[in-house]
Amino acid sequence: MIHSLFLVNSSGDIFLEKHWKSVVSRSVCDYFFEAQERASEPENVPPVIPTPHHYLISVLRHRIYFVAVIQSEVPPLFVIEFLHRVVDTFQDYFGLCTEAAIKDNVVVVYELLEEMLDNGFPLATESNILKELIKPPTILRTVVNTITGSTNVGEQLPTGQLSVVPWRRTGVKYTNNEAYFDVVEEIDAIIDKSGSTITAEIQGVIDACVKLTGMPDLTLSFMNPRLLDDVSFHPCVRFKRWEAERILSFIPPDGNFRLLSYHVSSQNLVAIPVYVKHNITFREGSSQGRFELTLGPKQTMGKAVESVLVSSQLPRGVLNANLNASQGTYTFDPVTKLLTWDVGKINPQKLPSLKGSMSLQAGASKPDENPTIIIQFKIQQMAISGLKVNRLDMYGEKYKPFKGIKYMTKAGKFQTGMQRPHVSCVKA
Amino acid sequence: SSGSSVNIHASYLLMSVLHRNEDLREMLESTKESLKLEAMKRIVGLIARGKNASELFPAVVKNVASKNIELKKLVYVYLVRYAEEQQDLALLSISTFQRALKDPNQLIRASALRVLSSIRVPIIVPIMMLAIKEAATDLSPYVRKTAAHAIQKLYSLDADQKEQLIEVIEKLLKDKSTLVAGSVVMAFEEVCPDRIDLIHKNYRKLCNLLVDVEEWGQVVIISMLTRYARTQFISPWKEDGIFDENSEQAFYESDEEKLGTPQSKPYIMDPDHRLLLRNTKPLLQSRNTAVVMSVAQLYWHLAPKQEVGVITKSLVRLLRSHREVQYIVLQNIATMSIQQKGIFEPFMKSFYVRSTDPTHIKTLKLEILTNLANEANISTILREFQTYVKSQDKAFAAATIQAIGRCATNITDVTDTCLNGLVLLLSNRDETVVAESVVVIKKLLQTQPTQHSEIIKHMAKLFDNITVPMARASILWLIGEYCERVPKIAPDVLRKMAKTFTVEEDIVKLQTVNLAAKLYLTNSKQTKLLTQYILNLGKYDQSYDIRDRTRFIRQLIVPNEKSGALSKYARRILLASKPAPMLESTFKDRDRFQLGTLSHTINSKATGYLELSDWPTAAPDSSVRNVEVMEPVKKEISWTFGAASECHVKEWVPSMGKTKPLKSDDKFYSDSGEEEGAGEEGTGSSSEDSSSSSSSSSSNEESDSESEDKNSKHSEETDSSQSDKSSGHSDKKKADKKKRLQLKKKAKKAAPKERYQMHRPPTHHPLTQELWNLRTFTPKMVSSPVFVPMSSHELLHRMTGKGLAAQYHFPRQPCIYGNKMVSVQLTLTNSSDHTLEDISIGEKTSSGQNIHRFSSIERLEPGASVTVSMGIDFNDSTQAANFQLCTKEDQFSVSIQPVVGELFLPVTMTEQDFRKEQGKLQGMNETSATITMAPENTSNQALSKKMVSVANMGVVPTGEDSLYRFAAKSVSSGDLVLVSVDLTDSSSGRLTINTEKTVIGSMLLRDLKTALAQP
Repeated sequence: MIHSLFLVNSSGDIFLEKHWKSVVSRSVCDYFFEAQERASEPENVPPVIPTPHHYLISVLRHRIYFVAVIQSEVPPLFVIEFLHRVVDTFQDYFGLCTEAAIKDNVVVVYELLEEMLDNGFPLATESNILKELIKPPTILRTVVNTITGSTNVGEQLPTGQLSVVPWRRTGVKYTNNEAYFDVVEEIDAIIDKSGSTITAEIQGVIDACVKLTGMPDLTLSFMNPRLLDDVSFHPCVRFKRWEAERILSFIPPDGNFRLLSYHVSSQNLVAIPVYVKHNITFREGSSQGRFELTLGPKQTMGKAVESVLVSSQLPRGVLNANLNASQGTYTFDPVTKLLTWDVGKINPQKLPSLKGSMSLQAGASKPDENPTIIIQFKIQQMAISGLKVNRLDMYGEKYKPFKGIKYMTKAGKFQTGMQRPHVSCVKA
Repeated sequence: SSGSSVNIHASYLLMSVLHRNEDLREMLESTKESLKLEAMKRIVGLIARGKNASELFPAVVKNVASKNIELKKLVYVYLVRYAEEQQDLALLSISTFQRALKDPNQLIRASALRVLSSIRVPIIVPIMMLAIKEAATDLSPYVRKTAAHAIQKLYSLDADQKEQLIEVIEKLLKDKSTLVAGSVVMAFEEVCPDRIDLIHKNYRKLCNLLVDVEEWGQVVIISMLTRYARTQFISPWKEDGIFDENSEQAFYESDEEKLGTPQSKPYIMDPDHRLLLRNTKPLLQSRNTAVVMSVAQLYWHLAPKQEVGVITKSLVRLLRSHREVQYIVLQNIATMSIQQKGIFEPFMKSFYVRSTDPTHIKTLKLEILTNLANEANISTILREFQTYVKSQDKAFAAATIQAIGRCATNITDVTDTCLNGLVLLLSNRDETVVAESVVVIKKLLQTQPTQHSEIIKHMAKLFDNITVPMARASILWLIGEYCERVPKIAPDVLRKMAKTFTVEEDIVKLQTVNLAAKLYLTNSKQTKLLTQYILNLGKYDQSYDIRDRTRFIRQLIVPNEKSGALSKYARRILLASKPAPMLESTFKDRDRFQLGTLSHTINSKATGYLELSDWPTAAPDSSVRNVEVMEPVKKEISWTFGAASECHVKEWVPSMGKTKPLKSDDKFYSDSGEEEGAGEEGTGSSSEDSSSSSSSSSSNEESDSESEDKNSKHSEETDSSQSDKSSGHSDKKKADKKKRLQLKKKAKKAAPKERYQMHRPPTHHPLTQELWNLRTFTPKMVSSPVFVPMSSHELLHRMTGKGLAAQYHFPRQPCIYGNKMVSVQLTLTNSSDHTLEDISIGEKTSSGQNIHRFSSIERLEPGASVTVSMGIDFNDSTQAANFQLCTKEDQFSVSIQPVVGELFLPVTMTEQDFRKEQGKLQGMNETSATITMAPENTSNQALSKKMVSVANMGVVPTGEDSLYRFAAKSVSSGDLVLVSVDLTDSSSGRLTINTEKTVIGSMLLRDLKTALAQP
């Protein structure tokens, strides 16, 4: 299925290639480079590019294009999903998936790619199994390896491929048995200038870090499972049990994994935790514009809104912005016209604001007064949907594990500012 | 001199390359392992960067047999990369792999096969073939998986091997391992996708294994099964479906269908078709986006139209994933939303465009929103579109204007509104917006050639300010086309054009010539001179096209002696009413490709694309799939999501894990063990065949008892080695992987036996027969127990048992020893001061019940206790099962008398099914009584709890408040038992039981009545 893989950096250099069948010349990437040139933004390169003899399917992550070369019909999502899995694995192994990290660990990268695909068909993609085959590099191990000449490759052959629990390695042992679950929710919203919600939805995930000895069998139940409208599971979750009892029952993989992704039913009203008031005005014929933006908390159930970051693409006509932030720092890039304001934490007593003037290109026509404003924020110890874990039980092992559950809410794709016509002004 | 310096430079580079590689060669030839490893790492670095390292081949290949695993692996990487270029040298390594293929470690065998088959050297084709054939019969499923991968490699190296490879594929398709399934289907798709006949016998198995196959294999299998189903089942789409009305082809097809099958015959879905739909549905919840998409396309292509809706939520969920995933999913939704907008309409807001979306995502969302537009939501959509028009992304703004145009043509109610809105946009500051609006207005006016002179006038006024050629050309065309509506303006525009003609773009010039011609025909008095002037300009234009057009127009409109017959018709030619352009979705014809495929994405047939056939008009013989009728058992086994199911087998029979000793493990892997297994399988399948052809045959029973004998012998042989390991109930969870493997094996062994029993009609009573038939159609699955009482009953008191105490408990799980059996858990405790040995159930049982004994317990230390499980077929009666509990010294007669509620297994069914079944069990099959209830039991939960604690029943959801329903089936005969409680007021009500088993029905009635009356 997947013939070859090329890794291309943002300046258009191929810095790694791997072939699973016969070698495909790297000149095939020329078609990709053409598409890259045509695209105004790096994200705009089409994920699927047909060429006379091959098809190129690529993903862009961490400013690296992972370009897979395909020779015949294959579901494109199959390739895309696999490429993302490769990136996730690299990230898992090296902490970062940057060009430098990949170049530094080129041997491990190659060993991984060799195990993940056989003749272009995925072979081992579970992190638990890969980690048994190929040890992740650590500073200590690198030092030791150079001195002793020992290796990254596991001496023991992996058991996982034959286990009935293919995602969990056997023989797991810990002195401290711990299981942590992070419930992280993201709000995606489009809010119009007047503050009314055009669309808002909550997506959540439960990320787990489970370090438990042996073969623990866990069940996790919720106080209010009905909130979960649509879910997708890690393969370890027993689906029928969920269907019948709304309980997550699973034998977890060892280490970090995503147990569940969910969508909160759209019938529930989404509480929007922040509001933005902004007023951007340009006067016809003047080379000055006014900029005013205030943020405030709203429906946060008493929790602090933290790590707030506001960014907005100002109209092209704006030359510079001379603003005054009541807290945090702002930057304006005169080339990309991107305004970013790192607000930090919102103090409800003293609302953060950003005010000042903008200078405009002389003679330009009056720019659009409603640029999109994108907001990022975090709220700790709260799942905005109200989802609550009821209890976590462990069966199959005798020890008492330490259990922890953390909640967090974040902004997902949270945008505001665009003016939505209330009364259809198409009617002339 | 510069040339020579280049030469020097080049040779220096070459030297340095040679030098460096020389360096590596020395390292590889050193005796120190660490140096070799270091060298190999650097070489892999070279390969990764695409640098040539082929001249090191001889030095590298020497290390192929290294003991160091990492070194060996890196050598493999190198070999696979360069073997094709250095074929002769590559042959040196072959013997190493041939040796490794015989290694006792399965992973070494697998990796040897992997590398051997990746060496693309034609000479070794026979060796590869041999290795693949051998590996395909390997005991390790992992090696067999590798063999499946190797099939494709060999096929791409030498297509002449096809026939032999198909034989291997055929063999591997029969494999029952979930590890192999995906890979062999992949090989099937690459080598012989047209050999649908190979799939028949494996179809049901693949459907049933599907949830437990790894994610990537699932995608491949689902896509193959989609194709398969389209050739084997008849269309579930009703002729008068919403779908067919806009497709001419379907219309003719349905005609044919009407001819083929009498109209009166209602459509009945093939159970195999249903099986596929049912078993793929849970995979919509997969984390793997490719799996979700493949199930979605399966439903799209195979499910009845009213069921397709289940996929929408999952597809919309995928829109949260990476942008590349969004791109593919949106494309597929775009195609779907043309045909079935209804299923996506509730999710319209999920397709709202965000300013951060890349352009290709924005355009796709726009496409979908346009497809979804209808009279009801159009105002919302247009409002949304208005914000998009203001987008800074001008390409997107232009696409939005096109979309508004499409909405305007599709929904006549808003045509005027849209048109007016577009006219407003003509005064937009941005030129691309204006230009696009002009183009779209032009198209709209064509579709609505009524009173639009105002708009045309307005556009004529704007004309001077518009510079985009396409827009200018469009306006000119409009004025020309409708010049009689704007008789004053048109000549003036032509006058202006005459002035600027020479500096215009070609498309504008062409339209100017057009306008001139039309005006000449309608208003020659005012425009004759102007036209001639323009035609003269055109005659000497630089462009061929313009000169040609000018010449043509002149001949056509200006009558002279040379002009032919055509000029008479000039007016009819130029001013003919023109068909309005169709504003259609670019996804309109995409559904000719199977959804989710690469071909669908690129909208042209990709290499290797396999067509989805049309439904057959008459269903092909469905008996070709009859081999293994394993649904009843399999359904229960794979009630989990993913491979976790095996672990559940364990939960059913907690003590099973311990009964399986390690000793037999070796046997499982040894050749003899497998042969035996294979033999069993062989006989098994042949007798299954006969069982399906004739409803009851004595050979079944024979093989039944045979396999049972074998089972019990097996466990008796082996139970000696494990009793010291087993020290209590909780131990069961510690059972290691191998045990579980054993367990799986055991469960599978048990399965065929049950199969026969399930398929032999319990009695020859015609009604039962009918019920049985029904059962295969309506989904009624045995579910897990709602409630398991913890209470246990005494079987043997320690005083009577001389220190041996026994208690029994009903775990309410399906019994794996036989599906007519009730599973019973015994807890044996040694309360004496000496070790008890050889605890077992004696041969003699007084009553006629069929009992599956627990494996004998070798030793039970003082104070220790052990839990074992057994199965008893009570024949659906409460008659006690009497048997003897033996130790080495003593025998104790004991008996287990079940309460009626334990003779059931809970069943899940819908309210609708419940009513349907209840309707069939009226008259003498119904017993009922008025009940009075203790006040504690009247609450919703308390009542249910009470009921399920008395009897092992499943709760049937009801829509009514005061009505409670429960369903179960009797364990032995499998007859349904339906219980309903209708509360008339807070403390009294009516209890009704419908079942064919009237005796246990009335007993259950009594028990329930008593229980509800008690607090």
